[in-house]
Amino acid sequence: MVFTIAGKELKALFASPLAWVVLSMVQIIVGYAFLRRLDDFLQLQPQLAGMATPPGATELVAAPLFGTAAALLLFAVPVLAMRLIAEERRNQTMVLLMSAPVSMTEIALGKFLGLTAFLLLIVALTALMPLSIAGATRLDYGLLAGLAAGLALLAAGFAAVSLYVSCLTVHPVAAAIGAFAALIGMVLVGEVAGESLRARGWAVAASLAQVLSPVKNFEPFGKGVLDTYALVCSVLLIAVFVTLAARQLDAQRLRG
Amino acid sequence: MHSTSADPALNIATMPERDTAATISARGLTRSFGSHTAVNNINLELRRGEVLGFLGPNGAGKTTTMQMLTGNLAPTRGAIHICGIDLLEAPVSAKARIGYLPEVPPLYRELTVDEYLSLAARLHRVARARRRDAVASAKQRCGLADAGARLIGTLSKGYQQRVGIAQAIVHAPDVVILDEPTVGLDPNQIREIRALIRELGGAHSVILSTHILPEVEAVCDRVQIMHHGNIVYGDTIGALKQFQSGATLLVGLRRAPPLAELAALPGVAAAESLEAGVFRIQPVAGANPTDALVSQSVARNWGLYQIKPAQTSLEDVFVNLTRREESQ
Repeated sequence: MVFTIAGKELKALFASPLAWVVLSMVQIIVGYAFLRRLDDFLQLQPQLAGMATPPGATELVAAPLFGTAAALLLFAVPVLAMRLIAEERRNQTMVLLMSAPVSMTEIALGKFLGLTAFLLLIVALTALMPLSIAGATRLDYGLLAGLAAGLALLAAGFAAVSLYVSCLTVHPVAAAIGAFAALIGMVLVGEVAGESLRARGWAVAASLAQVLSPVKNFEPFGKGVLDTYALVCSVLLIAVFVTLAARQLDAQRLRG
Repeated sequence: MHSTSADPALNIATMPERDTAATISARGLTRSFGSHTAVNNINLELRRGEVLGFLGPNGAGKTTTMQMLTGNLAPTRGAIHICGIDLLEAPVSAKARIGYLPEVPPLYRELTVDEYLSLAARLHRVARARRRDAVASAKQRCGLADAGARLIGTLSKGYQQRVGIAQAIVHAPDVVILDEPTVGLDPNQIREIRALIRELGGAHSVILSTHILPEVEAVCDRVQIMHHGNIVYGDTIGALKQFQSGATLLVGLRRAPPLAELAALPGVAAAESLEAGVFRIQPVAGANPTDALVSQSVARNWGLYQIKPAQTSLEDVFVNLTRREESQ
């Protein structure tokens, strides 16, 4: 049932121009960033040749590229997620799901997975760019896989938060702006978790704040480090917000 | 030899019968929005194969009631059983037995009719093997057989309404709940949809909400009239038409006698002049003064040109009931 809803969500995304616009915009911007990075990398070659252990193309081209993609997702996910619940309620199509023999958890999970599957496509397209130079240089595939996994988790975290915000209103645009604000807020929380809290010695608070910070959890992946705490935080963030979304859907049935 | 314990086979055989006797049973249903009570302590029962008309002026609480019956809205108080399954306790298995067409059909404009109906079938847990047949049969019943490949967004309103109904019956539910299914359709389409509803009443139970009275007369077995969140009337269509009217006769006379002369006829309780030469005759309970009227008219040369039972229209009854409620 979850996959039926996820499949429907994906199909609806590709039937709307929004998905194609977002995909093409992300491709254009990431593609441009890739070429710029590649250009810089080639110009740096003389200096790199002089170093004992020079950083490779994966560190200098792919890692910043995934950072760019992450920044783009910050804008793209709220816009894609506003459709999930808010727009369905506005178009009064939500009734189909609410009347069907499907639990609210299945609806929330299905919607989340549908959007995440779409975002994985963006991750895959981003990963394809550094892969395109695999014949010309030696790539660090471990780091590349870490970057892709990190970006996928980040995207899923953004999707979960935006899904929850989409449940809160029937105005799609309000949902998009709200989700964007929430994500920006989480980026700031990540800053706090990284610096201020730890500087004051509040390690526990800093650790807890890290759960709410998808960007902070992305960082270790970008350095090629498999940080289990960051992994747990990412999964926890997703679980919390998908659960909240399901509860919010249920609350609407009670509230009317 | 049979043991004294109950035969399990017998239990299994009798259980479904008890469960299916009433496809919907709602008791003490109440829904408040803040201090406003939209639906106030109503009871509702629907039997298999029955078409129940749910009447009421706009804002009477019909849609709220239907949202509660379909699990879209939780009642403030009260219990709902769908084929014996508690909708609030076991929403998933109860909802599997309901098909619902809300006031605004929940259509995805960007899908084709086939894609949409197949999605609806999957959501309602129609087994993969039967899905194609279920979609084909729903399309056929709703007159959509050759519209399968069309995008829903490009269909006319009448066709979209049909897709909405097809969506509600694709999983062969026990109960079909239709909220104002003929709003915005042209007269031909309305006829088709009504015929379809009538047909649905054979295999499913149907609740049909409307404020169009001829529709109720045309398709419903039973009617419940709702007003200000209360059920003010509930009975069969036949009884509703008899309601208040009794067996009143309308009589047209070319050379009418004085009113007192008519009222004095045997079997006549009261006579009332409606317009020039047209009278309403109220018979004594159980009597039929038609023969007396005809023979006296011939004998006294009144020039009888029409005599017919005065059918109180559903509209009169409806207005009467909803007004009376207001004046209380």
